[in-house]
Amino acid sequence: MEFKVAGGRRTSFGDASDVGGVQSRLSFYSNSSDVDVSLEDFEQFAMDRLRVLKGIEEGRTRGRKAEEIDALVVDLWRKHMRTPNAADIATKDMVSHFVLRLAYCRTEELRRWFLAMESALFRARFRAESPESQRKFMEDQKLPYKAISSTEFESVKEKLGQVARSLNQPVPTADNTFYKVPFEEVPELVSARRVYLQRGFAFVPRDQLASIVVGQFRARLSKALALTNRLWTSTIAVEEKDRLTPIVEALSMRYLGADYSQPSKGFVGLQDLDNLAKNSFPLCMRHLFFNLRHEHHLKFGGRQQLGLFLKGIGLKLEDALNFWRSEFTVKLIRRLYILNLPRWLVEVVQMTTEKFDKEYGYSIRHNFGKEGKRVDYTPYSCMKIITSTPGVGDHHGCPYRHFSQENLRSVLEDQQLSSRTVDAVMEKVRNRHYQLACATTFEAIHGCPSDGINHPNQYFEQSRRALQGGGQAENTSSSNGLQSVPLPAHHDPPHPVERGTLPIPGP
Amino acid sequence: MEVDEGSAATSTAGQPMEVDGNPNPAPPAQQNEFSPDYLKLYYGRLFPYADMHKWLSYGHDGKHTGCDASFFSRREFSFTLEHDIYLRYLSFHDASTMEAAIREKCPYKIDIGAVYNVDPSKRTAYSNVGGDKVFSPAERELVFDVDMTDYDDIRSCCSGADICLSCWPLMTVAIKVIDTALRDDFGFEHILWVYSGRRGVHCWVCDPRARRLTNEQRSSIADYFRVCKGSEMNGKKVALTGPALHPSLLRAYTEVLKQYFEEKILLNQSLLASEQNFGKVLDMVPDESVRSQMRNKWHSSLPSKDEVNSKRWKQLKQLLEQGKSKGQVLRRCVEEIVFAYTYPRLDMEVSKHMNHLLKAPFCVHPKTGRVCVPIDPNNCEAFNPMQVPTLPQLMDELNRDDTASGQKQKDWERTSLASSIQYFKQSFLDPLARTNKAELESSHRAKLQEMASRPSLNW
Ligand SMILES: [Zn+2]
Repeated sequence: MEFKVAGGRRTSFGDASDVGGVQSRLSFYSNSSDVDVSLEDFEQFAMDRLRVLKGIEEGRTRGRKAEEIDALVVDLWRKHMRTPNAADIATKDMVSHFVLRLAYCRTEELRRWFLAMESALFRARFRAESPESQRKFMEDQKLPYKAISSTEFESVKEKLGQVARSLNQPVPTADNTFYKVPFEEVPELVSARRVYLQRGFAFVPRDQLASIVVGQFRARLSKALALTNRLWTSTIAVEEKDRLTPIVEALSMRYLGADYSQPSKGFVGLQDLDNLAKNSFPLCMRHLFFNLRHEHHLKFGGRQQLGLFLKGIGLKLEDALNFWRSEFTVKLIRRLYILNLPRWLVEVVQMTTEKFDKEYGYSIRHNFGKEGKRVDYTPYSCMKIITSTPGVGDHHGCPYRHFSQENLRSVLEDQQLSSRTVDAVMEKVRNRHYQLACATTFEAIHGCPSDGINHPNQYFEQSRRALQGGGQAENTSSSNGLQSVPLPAHHDPPHPVERGTLPIPGP
Repeated sequence: MEVDEGSAATSTAGQPMEVDGNPNPAPPAQQNEFSPDYLKLYYGRLFPYADMHKWLSYGHDGKHTGCDASFFSRREFSFTLEHDIYLRYLSFHDASTMEAAIREKCPYKIDIGAVYNVDPSKRTAYSNVGGDKVFSPAERELVFDVDMTDYDDIRSCCSGADICLSCWPLMTVAIKVIDTALRDDFGFEHILWVYSGRRGVHCWVCDPRARRLTNEQRSSIADYFRVCKGSEMNGKKVALTGPALHPSLLRAYTEVLKQYFEEKILLNQSLLASEQNFGKVLDMVPDESVRSQMRNKWHSSLPSKDEVNSKRWKQLKQLLEQGKSKGQVLRRCVEEIVFAYTYPRLDMEVSKHMNHLLKAPFCVHPKTGRVCVPIDPNNCEAFNPMQVPTLPQLMDELNRDDTASGQKQKDWERTSLASSIQYFKQSFLDPLARTNKAELESSHRAKLQEMASRPSLNW
């Protein structure tokens, strides 16, 4: 099968005006040579390739035949992989392939998907090449297939003729080249009885060469993916699961529809976060926030507790993604250097992580109800935080409940609370009235009474009101984001709880 | 280790049971009767544990250099116990632990699954590690399952679970066609055919190359054997396109199908005698004039009962051959009818996936009491499912001359199972052992070479 462009001319991938003499653009991607590409291009490359692969998947799920997929791929490739300068296509091809290879190496399911889509892509591209460049490609790749001798052809001529006629094709002559390959390498030809089989060997006509080469491509990529995965898992300890995995996962989330159409009613901008944290976050969130700032890392429990709180105070989804991304990327890059990946790839991952995470950061989107069960997750209440059980290395939970006395005291003193206030707070903690302790802290910091603290977001809201003199909310997002803080819609409705009526059992 | 109550019970069960010591079981009222007591005796005295272990070890028996001692223990077995209690992911360290478990549990059915990357009974330990250590099948025989129920639309002698000598030739055809193709087309040599105990046959292809096939490659082989497509709703069930048959189909047609259709199936199933039957055949003719000509002719004339089918087949063939001028469609029609009524119909799913389970040879079918004995493909036309040894029959044989002939004879040698086990050993295990040895040696050499020249890894 040949591909025709509008003019009916046989075409190959890439720019049709491609200068002659350029060596075959196809690749088995066996080497990652250094390339010179701007960082801006990297993420775009990976995204574009993902669009091609997703397009192939869609075609497959619609039950299209291999030939139809081939034609589809030509379109997809032209649409998404074109570059302003035709000579850059090879670079874009290689870079995007390796980025996705990394992202899709981690689980059996991802590997299988990537393998299937890349093989379909390769097949279509190979078939679109001229016979001359196909032969050249096979020579370059040192594929071990030799055409059968004329003697051997004579011995199986009759059978080859039967196969051809069973397919309504012209009977082959000695001029037609046949390759003898193990049947395992051409499953699609075996399936459809498109080859003559003799004692385990398939006699493959030259025009079916794509099947053999795709078989090779698939086998090599399959091995490479397993190897990449092994490097990945062996180098990254289990402890990194919380940190790295979500980011690489984000790269492989196969969700492509940009879901930014929904206007987000955020009232807090990213640039305001540091100030807000200092002045209006309850101790639990303050602690998480600054810990993340210093360590560039939070375990899952902490991420959830802080992330939902930030959502609750009106941090926009985009800003939340940006926030988390920038904190984690620092760590990621360090890990990638340890993996000893090519320099350019580290940069790719850095860039694509930022962009991909922005678009696909699954768990963040999840919390915003944009992924998974699409439940809009509710920020944690004090009760939930107090009754949580943080483990070693965790920073979530309620400081009044979970910190040691010394630790809590020093933290409170850092807030420049008087020793009398600190004593009062510690007294409430000893009596297990953690929410009262939090309220006492609030009153000391803000110099005004609190309505009682049942929810971190309620603390924040009261704080904003106190600091702004409780004026009418202006319903606009602004540069400092501090003027208007209506009660965020997403946290638990504050239950009117009488002060001190919630003693929590101690350990 | 101290023997606790549980294993004490096991070891008692593991003792060879003395049939003579007990009052002989009363001869069954019905020859086919199946009883758990008989089954226990069968597992105690006749089941060929050592041979099964030899087969499934593929030479990994600790004697060769480079053999893998864990190989057998990574094989999944499953037992179906009385009351349909189903135990999956069993594994056994060696022949004697397998024997002890089978004797103790007395399974109504034993299934053999894949060889996994880790011991299947310890699979949960690997479920959370992630990455490549996930519990997954490492190798598996290429298997085929042919079941008579898949032929129900062309059988008029019986249906469902029943079989008779009128429809059994369909299984003979399946064995001949698939066996030849596996050898001549795919180059396999170690092929074991087994009676399923009731209404079909199983095939185990055990060549190293077959065991290493990926699911995709398995699918491609299963598809290679697929000619019948469509359902009852779809009159045309076989579509042969092009002016010639693929060599594999042509061989099947000329060497097996044509003869079996004309000499057996056509007559046994009386395909052209009644209107109901010949209606189905005529539905496959894509030419209305041929169909109506035949209908009129067959309605008006009533040839003698014996030859009605052959005569009408000749008439139909003749008309279709004349119709060759009308083009390819009609030309292929004779062959299409023959293929539709004789070509093997596989249970595709069984063949396509490595982790599919298949009943072990030498099981006893709990409904028929018949042993799942191997079938020699070179002599499969002589195989009669009605004469396969049953449990009561075997028990009877065991008791009959327990003392008469020399005591040196093994139990199985004195029963009608002897020829089956003999065949299993000599025609299947012995050639397989030679291949195993060569395979282990060459993979050992390859491993040494690889270690000597490990290339720098480029991900
Ligand atoms: Zn029957």
